[in-house]
Amino acid sequence: MSEHEKTDRTRRRFLTTSLAAFGGAAATPALSGEKPDPAITEVQPWRRHLGPGVDASPYGLPSPFEARVKRRNVPWLTADTRSSINFTPLHQLDGIITPNGLCFERHHSGVAEIDPAKHRLMINGLVEQPLVFTLDDLKRFPRENRVYFMECTANTGMEWHGPQMNGVQFTHGMIHNVMYTGVPLRLILQEAGIKASAKWLLAEGGDAAAMTRSIPLEKALDDCMVAFAQNGEALRPENGYPLRLLVPGWEGNMWIKWLRRLELGDKPWMQREETSKYTDLMPDGTSRQFTWVMDAKSVITSPSPQAPITHGKGPLVITGLAWSGHGVVKKVDVTLDGGRNWTEARIDGPRLPKSLHRFYLDIDWDGRPLLLQSRAVDETGYVQPTMKALKAIRGENSVYHNNGIQTWHVRANGEVENVEVS
Amino acid sequence: MSRFLEILAAVLFLLPLPAQAGKLGLGRPALPAEIAAWDKDVRPDGQGLPAGQGSVAQGEEIYLERCAACHGDFGEGVDRWPVLAGGQDTLTDERPIKTIGSYWPYLSTAFDYIQRTMPYGDAATLGADETYAILAYLLYMNDIVDDEGFTLSRENFTSITLPNQPSFRNDDRPRVEYPLFRNRCMTDCRATVEITGRAGTLDVTPK
Ligand code: HEC
Repeated sequence: MSEHEKTDRTRRRFLTTSLAAFGGAAATPALSGEKPDPAITEVQPWRRHLGPGVDASPYGLPSPFEARVKRRNVPWLTADTRSSINFTPLHQLDGIITPNGLCFERHHSGVAEIDPAKHRLMINGLVEQPLVFTLDDLKRFPRENRVYFMECTANTGMEWHGPQMNGVQFTHGMIHNVMYTGVPLRLILQEAGIKASAKWLLAEGGDAAAMTRSIPLEKALDDCMVAFAQNGEALRPENGYPLRLLVPGWEGNMWIKWLRRLELGDKPWMQREETSKYTDLMPDGTSRQFTWVMDAKSVITSPSPQAPITHGKGPLVITGLAWSGHGVVKKVDVTLDGGRNWTEARIDGPRLPKSLHRFYLDIDWDGRPLLLQSRAVDETGYVQPTMKALKAIRGENSVYHNNGIQTWHVRANGEVENVEVS
Repeated sequence: MSRFLEILAAVLFLLPLPAQAGKLGLGRPALPAEIAAWDKDVRPDGQGLPAGQGSVAQGEEIYLERCAACHGDFGEGVDRWPVLAGGQDTLTDERPIKTIGSYWPYLSTAFDYIQRTMPYGDAATLGADETYAILAYLLYMNDIVDDEGFTLSRENFTSITLPNQPSFRNDDRPRVEYPLFRNRCMTDCRATVEITGRAGTLDVTPK
């Protein structure tokens, strides 16, 4: 057999297996180098003609080829998009920073469209001197830059009764991670003079829901911030423009958007979002309240149902996100066999407290079906539990704060499904 | 407010605050009228309740006009809009129904929430008497008061307790859960693994 025939046969065999494996997915042309790749040999239009000039898009947008990368909602979930939620496309992102336009949205009365010149922040209640600040005033305080995750209390809640949403965007996409610029809340409160009897803080938004939450003063004085920028530019209207509260590591609902008022008091206010909602109903009919911290959690973002394996056997990058409301994530483990054996993954990029961490496990996939899971271990030694272990304590009706382990079933053809395992 | 205080406030408004020890002297004093305009929150102990009152009958009228289109004539919730009444004794069921009557711990929460944000799309338009009346009607619909002639006011407000209040307790995860979740097993952690549920079969994911 000539050298020519040999390569040809190998090539044919490869094509047959890959076609079988991927259900007809297009094979990469010119694998053997025999038929030249037109992507190389033909002059592409963008190689020949001039492209748009500067200022064609004064506020830059992603390539049109990335048009599928977007937030999505689940239309059947809510009665009205103004009292609703959409989801960050985690399967299409990498690194740890969420681009501003892709941060998930949760509104209770739509997006407040606030004229910053008419925005005020008031401090009242148990203070020496109630104060009013404009945005210009707030920008004269010493600033800090911090990267924090912000996770909705209900993230992964739809999965509590068993696997439901076939995509990590929908199972875990109520989270984002940006770098905020703002002022430590402590400095702003001290400006008004905190009375000794003050123990709690009420934060209030300026939207049509005037969202309110009670926050213990200890937390307010610890690491809370009042932010006006995310990822270097002004907050997006969807995320609270012109001002939002940051409550690092704690449930997203407390991060009051469109922040207009801070009141100090000696008792919690027991607002709707800390009683009717975001309380955890236990199997005996009692409820946990003030379950603020978001416990350690992780998920594999690719491969996942919306990001199947399309390249067949061989090198495969398994990647995902891990985070903990208690601080830094120390380790992330990945299992390929549904939790029988685990391998420590590689965390790459900044490891910041109360921020997303990016992990990778680089494997040589032999084409066998996989039951993929990831498991975060945080700085307190807490090991992310299975959903089953959580349910054994919390029962069937405690849908909030679901930080259980997620399972993806990878088939031999590379397709991925959200499953529950025994 | 006295004339003197008003003038004083106006003067303070114009003058920058002198910087005190550890302070930057930023911002300006909030005027009493400004605080009154924004500070409407109500606590379980009644702090923040405005003067006023309203009866079940008055509440029914306002409710039918301004709330029932979404929440239903009997608080049953139209389509997917929230349910406001019923659900008693369902908290251990497979599908618990959480309402002011079945779940909410405090009546003050409802006063605060309704005057803050309802009716949806026309917030901050209910007066104190109207809010008391709507609450009186919601209490009646939820079988917490059974007297049709009942009137709710600032004076009798804190005498009403909601049935589920004793069922709430503070976060006990640090005691109940955290000690259990510390085992980082790496090999042979379990014998068998079976798939017991699939999202694909449900087919509710947006395409
Ligand atoms: C146009 C529809 C609409 C109308 C009219 C309306 N509501 Fe609502 N209501 C809603 C929505 C939507 C929510 C949930 C809002 C959110 O996302 O937080 C809600 C929530 C509530 C809740 C909280 C329910 C819970 O279990 O937490 C109460 C109480 C309530 N409304 C009372 C009222 C009252 C009283 C009126 C009349 C004055 C009213 N609503 C009018 C749509 C409506």
